[in-house]
Amino acid sequence: MRFPRSHSQPGDHLYNVEKKRFFFEHYGLTERDLERYLAAALSAGGEYADLYFEYLSSTALSLDESMVKSASQGISAGCGVRVVSGERTGYAYTDDLSPERILHAARTAALIASGPAKTPTVGFQDKPGRSLYPVTLPSVDAEIRSKVELVMRADQAAREYDPRIKEVRASYADELRNILVIGSDGTFAEDSQPLARLNVSCIAKTEKVSARGTAGGGGRVALDFFFGDKTPEYFAKEASRQALLQLDAREAPAGEMEVVLGPGWPGVLLHEAVGHGLEADFNRKQTSAFAGLVGHRVASEKCTVVDNGTMPWRRGSLNVDDEGNSTQNTVLIENGILKGYLSDKLSAKLMGVANTGNGRRESYEHIPMPRMTNTYMLPGEDDPQDIIHSVKHGIYAVNFGGGQVDITNGKFVFSASEAYLIEDGQITAPIKGATLIGNGPDVLTRVSMVGSDLKLDEGVGTCGKDGQSVPVGVGIPTIKIDRLTVGGTAKKDVGSFMQ
Amino acid sequence: MTTQVETRNLRIETDLKDVAQDIVRRAMEGGATAAECVIREGDEFSTVVRLGQVETLKESGSKAIGVRVFNGKRAASTYSSDFSRSGLDRMLKSALELSRITSEDPFSGIPEPSQLGQLSGDLDLFSSDVYSLPGEERISYARRAEKAALDTDPRIKNSEGGSFDAATGHKIFANSHGFLGEYRRSYCSVAAVPIAQDEQGNMQRDYWFSVARNLGRLESPESVGQTAAQRTLRRLGARKVKTARVPVVFDPMVANSILDHIFEGVNGDSVYRGASFLAGKLGQKIASDAVTIVDDGTIPGGFGTSPFDGEGVPTRRTIVVENGVLKSYLLNTYTAKKLNLQTTANASRGLAGTPGIGPGNYFLQAGTKSPQEIIAGIPEGLYVTEFLGHGVNLVTGDYSRGASGLWISGGELAYPVEEITVAGNLKDVFMNISEIGNDLVFRGAVAAPTIRIDGLMVGGE
Repeated sequence: MRFPRSHSQPGDHLYNVEKKRFFFEHYGLTERDLERYLAAALSAGGEYADLYFEYLSSTALSLDESMVKSASQGISAGCGVRVVSGERTGYAYTDDLSPERILHAARTAALIASGPAKTPTVGFQDKPGRSLYPVTLPSVDAEIRSKVELVMRADQAAREYDPRIKEVRASYADELRNILVIGSDGTFAEDSQPLARLNVSCIAKTEKVSARGTAGGGGRVALDFFFGDKTPEYFAKEASRQALLQLDAREAPAGEMEVVLGPGWPGVLLHEAVGHGLEADFNRKQTSAFAGLVGHRVASEKCTVVDNGTMPWRRGSLNVDDEGNSTQNTVLIENGILKGYLSDKLSAKLMGVANTGNGRRESYEHIPMPRMTNTYMLPGEDDPQDIIHSVKHGIYAVNFGGGQVDITNGKFVFSASEAYLIEDGQITAPIKGATLIGNGPDVLTRVSMVGSDLKLDEGVGTCGKDGQSVPVGVGIPTIKIDRLTVGGTAKKDVGSFMQ
Repeated sequence: MTTQVETRNLRIETDLKDVAQDIVRRAMEGGATAAECVIREGDEFSTVVRLGQVETLKESGSKAIGVRVFNGKRAASTYSSDFSRSGLDRMLKSALELSRITSEDPFSGIPEPSQLGQLSGDLDLFSSDVYSLPGEERISYARRAEKAALDTDPRIKNSEGGSFDAATGHKIFANSHGFLGEYRRSYCSVAAVPIAQDEQGNMQRDYWFSVARNLGRLESPESVGQTAAQRTLRRLGARKVKTARVPVVFDPMVANSILDHIFEGVNGDSVYRGASFLAGKLGQKIASDAVTIVDDGTIPGGFGTSPFDGEGVPTRRTIVVENGVLKSYLLNTYTAKKLNLQTTANASRGLAGTPGIGPGNYFLQAGTKSPQEIIAGIPEGLYVTEFLGHGVNLVTGDYSRGASGLWISGGELAYPVEEITVAGNLKDVFMNISEIGNDLVFRGAVAAPTIRIDGLMVGGE
């Protein structure tokens, strides 16, 4: 993991703002105001209320046909008020941070409850500070010309990689999210969350075939991250390599077979297959295939899976979650046994379990819910080469487009964007269009080998749930799954029937 | 629970059309050679009732503004949710500054004055009655939908709830050729997400919903709940299947996805870049004779209807595919110029960035057979009711998706199946659409009836 330090010069940055006490200085908020808003939120008798202030500034650049065709910047600010009464949640938000609008939102959210007014705890407790992403100059305030340079260099590197690379698109996006969370239980948390990402997508063409390759990375980092090891050239070469590889790819086999996952981004399997099923809200409502399985075996002994929101600079990391709680490293599965769920304030209280600091939301317009941060499997003892050699007939999947899960029946699907055939212990031809499909509570029970080579992804993951998107990380060592369904187009020559 | 009315009265009623025109004028005074301004405001209400109890109640409104400026052939854009004088000044200033660092693109620009305009008359897009129900009635819509699902069968044992949503939106658009337009749209919906459990404890979940621009056209919560329950119950006891190449029937909800893939294929953005497997196929046969696809942004009351597109060009009806022959791409001003064609008024835009391409009411024309007749013609096959995952490569047309549904045996839906994949290449998929149902219903801007596709590989055990 790199620890970039920021030494870019502040340019004509437009929205440079002081990090600490942001909302107090920017909007003239006082603690007295906050107490007044919380009192209004509890005026109809709710048990708990919180306010989430957000000020998000962002930049986006996109390059296509070697031209920077689009550049944009923007600001979005607002406040969301939540009132909880038993299992009921009332929510209202405003994009106008004047006292009368916030009070109005508070009174609207208050109506979820019906009872005598409650008084919030007086005085707020500031959290001991943690600094997982201590950038000196947030990238959003950095010189725009350096960002233009990134996408131009990516374009040039991809085109120089091979004459068959015909189309290149590069995009850069960053943001700085300032938040303040206060709760009627005395919660008080501020954070300033940078996020940056560079993406390259290219198309390789021959007379007969076209294929796409994509690569990208980033994290909660300053702009100089992209001037270290993870340069535009690094991502451009990776995208080009993938596109060229696909030109020669064969059709994927179909049917059940041995599957080896490469290290890093294939950790999206954990995210889909078990991560979502372990989010506490689904388990509280008994709608997850994992409900009631704490203490039971849900994976082979070789599997230990954690969700860790405390990794420096990572895309999925947070100093505090969007309910103002410190994030943590939570063991989900230990040596195959399910240890617990990912919770937020509401589910922790209703289920009587510890709050793991996983309450997240897309923006002030959204109600927080349990979400993953960086989810990965700890390394095992197997040599990655031995894992490949042990496979008679199967596939080796090293990159994925994305995945999806139905948490109720546990079924998941994900699509390999780079995969190879394994024949008699050797990686042979690249294959295209392979989809892996399986059942969450089963799949990890079939993991027979776990490599020593844990890797996290490059920092491009975004997870969607109930219409809310949040940045996440995934990771995994090389693992072998003894049996998984592969959906390809090449027919397996056994026992199937044709019409 | 009458806060919605109060919310609106409290809002400061500056005329947003004046704001948009003023921003465009000031952008030009600041040195822009062309400018566009878009303002969007909206209100939303939503409630979820779970196991008879209100679980969430959400009610709010917001607005935001975006500006796009041209400095000759260089473009840039900015947006803000801050409508204060200083907020707007800053937005404008940074847009003008950004427009100095982008590249000169000879094809960039806004539409010609002669291309601008809007449909006249009432397009039936807005009804304030979506907010007319008192609070308790709205909650009761959600509650009734869930209750109907729970009451359908004792195997419906749990639920992710019933819901009622309402929203209104107001869009204003102005540009430096003097175009000024606005429209309002409304929407309401009721949905239920029941969970069924069999004797072994295995759970299945499915959903159903009704959506309309006014309350009067919404299906009854009871009918939505019952349909949701039936869709969920029929999944219980799902099995895997053997890998086989068999006919596959897509129910209308999943048939939409095939239309989406064709949309991505004819989207001018991917066409000019050669990133579409349909690029260069204008006038050629890309699908079977049965396939006619239309994009029509002018249908009164439609979910994809608007009087003008994201660039101020009046919406129109475009035949995309006729009897299997590709007739037109879907374009905005930029992609039309790149391809030396005319815009089809499909510009879509957010607050910032370059306009993209979006559908109007985009649909596959209905055939004559009922879904039952289509299924009756298949001895062994798959009826797909849900796709999972994203295994579609639009550059190559490679197609491989996770699916669940029902197995067809002897011309009837026999038993539920899951954990299977459906794979092929989109070029073949479109050519092999052999039958199209008569059951075209709009539940959004994109709609398809039931379709039968031959030659797909169904992957299982």
